[in-house]
Order: sequence, then C-alpha cells, then structure tokens
Amino acid sequence: MKILVPIKRVVDFNVKVRVKPDGSGVDTANVKMSMNPFDEIAVEEAVRLKERGVATEVVAVSCGVAACQETLRTALAIGADRAILVQADGELEPLAVAKLVAAVAKKEAPQLVILGKQAIDDDANQVGQMVAALLDWPQATFASKVEVAGGKATVKREVDGGLETVELELPAVITTDLRLNEPRYATLPNIMKAKKKPLETLDPAGLGVDVSPRLSTLKVAEPPARKGGGKVADVAELVAKLRNEAKVLP
Amino acid sequence: MILVLAEHDHASIKSATHHAVTAAAKLGGPVHVLVAGHDAAGAAKGAASIAGVAKVLHADAPHLASPTAENLAAQVLAVAPSGYTHLVAPATGQGKNVMPRVAAKLDVAQVSEITAVVSADTFVRPIYAGNAFATVRSGDRVKVLTVRGTAFDAAAGGGAAPVEAVPVAPAVTRGAVVTGQELTKSERPELVGARIVISGGRGLGSGENYRKLLEPLADRLNAALGASRAAVDAGYVPNDYQVGQTGKIVAPELYIAVGISGAIQHLAGMKDSKVIVAINKDAEAPIFQIADYGLVGDLFEILPALTAALPAR
Ligand SMILES: Cc1cc2nc3c(=O)[nH]c(=O)nc-3n(C[C@H](O)[C@H](O)[C@H](O)COP(=O)(O)OP(=O)(O)OC[C@H]3O[C@@H](n4cnc5c(N)ncnc54)[C@H](O)[C@@H]3O)c2cc1C
Repeated sequence: MKILVPIKRVVDFNVKVRVKPDGSGVDTANVKMSMNPFDEIAVEEAVRLKERGVATEVVAVSCGVAACQETLRTALAIGADRAILVQADGELEPLAVAKLVAAVAKKEAPQLVILGKQAIDDDANQVGQMVAALLDWPQATFASKVEVAGGKATVKREVDGGLETVELELPAVITTDLRLNEPRYATLPNIMKAKKKPLETLDPAGLGVDVSPRLSTLKVAEPPARKGGGKVADVAELVAKLRNEAKVLP
Repeated sequence: MILVLAEHDHASIKSATHHAVTAAAKLGGPVHVLVAGHDAAGAAKGAASIAGVAKVLHADAPHLASPTAENLAAQVLAVAPSGYTHLVAPATGQGKNVMPRVAAKLDVAQVSEITAVVSADTFVRPIYAGNAFATVRSGDRVKVLTVRGTAFDAAAGGGAAPVEAVPVAPAVTRGAVVTGQELTKSERPELVGARIVISGGRGLGSGENYRKLLEPLADRLNAALGASRAAVDAGYVPNDYQVGQTGKIVAPELYIAVGISGAIQHLAGMKDSKVIVAINKDAEAPIFQIADYGLVGDLFEILPALTAALPAR
C-alpha cells in the first residue's frame, strides 16, 4: 500500500512575523522556513505505518516554489521513499493545492493521503477536506490515532466535545492533529541518504490543473495592540482590582 | 440569500449558530438556517427563534444523527442551488470539517474564520496565529465562509421564522462511518462562550494538581476550564480543553492563565479576552506582556489564597 503525504513549506513556528509597512503582506524575506509542523506529524505517521509493515511506499509531495525541495528533502530524511515537487510560482490557494494533490493522487493511486490539518501560515484548514471531496474519498480530519487493517482505517478524531472514532474504507484522506505522534529528528546519516532519494518535478499545466487565484488580498494589517504589562503585588490587590477597576467580579 | 449551517445537538441549537447568524446578517439578503440532524425538531425550533432568521430548513434522517462531513456536505449541496450567494458555518470542529468539502464540490474558494464582513464579497480573516489580519475579496459566484464566533455578537432570541422540511440528501456510500464517541462530561460552562475561563499550563505539573487547584477556583467563579497545549499533551486534561491557534478560540470577560508561558500559539486563542490575569513564577514570561493584571509568584501558594479570597457561590 502506498501513502501520499502532501507537505507545505512555511515560516517556522518560532518566528513572530511582521506585517510589511505597505500592508501588502507579511515579511518573509530572510525568515527561517520549515516544514509545517502538522505535516511533519503526517510524514511521521506514514513512515511508522511503513515500519509496521502496513505501507510499502511513502511519497511526499509539495506544491510551490523551487525551495520546497528542501522541505521535501526533510521528509525524505524522516523516511519518505521519494518526493514530487509540483513547481509553481506565486501563492497557491488551498483549492489549487487540493486540485494538484488530487491530480497527483490519480496518477499515483495511493490508498491513503495523510496531511496536516492546517498550515500555520494561512491557518486555512481546508486542503485535506477538499482533496477528499475532489476524489470522492472518505475523510477523517484532526486525527489523534490511526490504525490500518483489512482495507480499512480506524481513526480517533479530536472534536469539540472530546473524541470521535470513525471507520474509513480505503482509499481515504486523513488529516493530523497535534497528538497523533511526536515526529522523530532526522539523523545525519538519514539526511545524507535523503540527498540520493528520487525527487521528481511536475508542473500544474502538465497535471491539467488551473491554479489561478480566486481571492485577492486587498490588505494585510497588524492586529490592534493589546496594552498589557500591568502587575499586582498580591492576591488581595488582584481581587480588589478585578472587583473595582475591571468590574468583572461582583 | 444566505444559508447558515446550524451547530446543534438535535434537541437544541448551539450558541455558535447565533454568532454565525450575526455575521450572515451583515452580508445583505435574507438569512436561512439549515438544521441537519435526527429527531432535531427542538434544534429547528431553536433556530427559528433566532432574531434575523427568515426561514429554517430542516433535514431529518437517521444518517444525520452523528453526521459525517460527507453526509453534511451532501445535505448543504442539496439545498445550495436554490439561489444562495453565501454558504456560512461557524468555525467549529464541525464547520471546519464540512465546509471545505462543500467549497471544493462547488469549485469555489473558502474564506476561513472570518472576523469581519467588509462587504458582500470582502472579508477580514486572521493569518499567522492572529499576528496579521488579511482583507480578502472573493471573485467566486458563491462564497463559502466559516465564522469566528468571538468576532461577532450572538444574535438575540425572540424570532419566529417558519420551519420548512426539506428533502434529505441520501447517505453518501463512500463516506466515513462513526463508530464511537468519548465526550468529555462537565457540569461547568462550555469553554467557548463562557464568561470566565481559567486555563492551566505545564506549570501545574500534573493532572492531579490541575484538578486540585483549578476546580475549586472554577467553582467559585462559575468558570469554564481550559488548558495550554503542553497541559493537554502531558495528559493533565482532555484534548477539548486546548485553547490556541490550533485549539479553541475564546474571548471571555475574564481569562485567568495559570502556569502558562504565553507562546504565540496560545495567545492566538485568548488574546481578545476583555480582561487577562496571568499567574506565573517567571516575571519574564511573555504572558505578562498581554496581561492586564500579572501576579508573579508560585501558583501553588497563590491559587489556594485566591480561591479563599472569593466567596463560595
Ligand atoms: C503547530 C503548533 C501548534 C500549537 N498550538 C497550540 C495551541 O493551540 N495552544 C497552545 O497553548 N499551545 C500550542 N502550541 C504549543 C506552544 O508553542 C507552547 O509550547 C505551549 O503553549 C506551552 O504551554 P505552557 O505555557 O503550558 O508550557 P511552558 O511554555 O512550559 O510554560 C510553563 C510556565 O509555567 C510557569 N511555572 C512553572 N511552575 C510554576 C509555578 N510553580 N508557579 C507559577 N508558574 C509556574 C513557568 O514559568 C512557565 O512560564 C502549538 C505549537 C505548535 C508547534
């Protein structure tokens, strides 16, 4: 069984981004880029399924600029077998990425597509669900536990009130939540090995996908600043201030 | 015409729906609410009483009892062609699960977690964990939106919209099947929508300490309980307690952060709270930069004293 893992190159989660002075976007020049943390969890899960003998091949795919090759190499170092870059310049919206991933899935015929539940840059939380819809495959989003056996995946999902278990007949789409696993660090020998693993480059036109944007960003702004930093000396002062100044306690 | 997918538990309508209706009302045009459920007459009645709702569409079937994304999306798509310009859902676990499927099937973009409506085609939404807000215009004929509840007031009650039964979309054959649920039981207010929220972080050290120190305080304040990711990952509390970029977004009147450092991912879920209190032994912890009232000290001493200083209810 083959697993396809779509991954995104994003601004590292430790970086606090700044809005450009002209309000055209956020400043990503000279900022550390990494694999989206949820996608790392997706790669880890796919590699574990391979190590358990459930999967036979893990294919990582990324859609975007040439620099996404670095991110794909990271996936290969974690344990993916080969990689596909769908190279496209300019920003790709979730719907365009979903169409590209669906087109790659039709070519590769995986039994599972595992991807992160959201990218920490645009926070859209859409691609997995859209891929499932485009392929007419069942979906399990926000997974915190995945078991695959007998042509079925059993997935524990994080929902607003707790947990829900769903069964999916394969092929299917799964999106990862934070508690699915803890991704391993790529070791130096594996990073070296990753450099020799195959990486194929495709383009949207070759896949027959129109990636033109549907949305236009008119402006990007900083959130209103919050004036914090106030201190109280002790519990008595805290309670007094909450009562008399903030008036949030009776 | 605008369609809002209701959040409900079949017997009653949930407040997330009221917030989404307020956003929908700003789009221009009559607002209809779709209640898709099983034995959900109570929820339909609840939806009909939301002020500003022109009509409730009620789809009722056994396969909508624990609805999957596949079946809910199919139901939305079944009613969508009757002239809706906007398909709207609260940005809850359900809304996030369902609406991208709807958008993809219609070949339109989705605009996620809007926090303001500028006009019928232009919306504001947070990006980068709320460190920036983008104003985006959609050129698609149908706009699919999810709504961040804390950014819009809850619509009032007192309405009396007609309820219309609509044909049920057949169950999707290639879809997920729900086989179990483990829901967190609590007598406390729900985290999203509570007036006071107390959240605990790694500083509490264990689930036992979390319960021993935070529950008595929550009892006195009738507060909801939340947590940082670190506290959830360490197993102090269930996953549905997580507040943050990738957890729940809350904006209560009072948010008390206990033993939480204030990572940007946590702040993303609570920094719109009206009043923020931080209790942390590290005076340099980033949480203090956004707190109105910071108290530097050992939470194991402060919390019992704080609880004792408040009257029992
Ligand atoms: C992709 C991604 C998504 C994430 N999403 C979220 C999210 O949605 N929500 C979220 O919360 N986090 C999220 N995180 C994690 C986030 O980056 C932080 O790791 C997390 O919020 C830290 O939790 P904490 O503040 O409880 O723990 P820590 O950062 O370890 O802080 C513990 C604090 O407790 C204090 N403390 C310790 N002992 C005491 C004592 N006795 N008395 C008083 N104070 C004490 C310490 O001074 C410290 O400040 C995410 C991370 C990633 C990468």
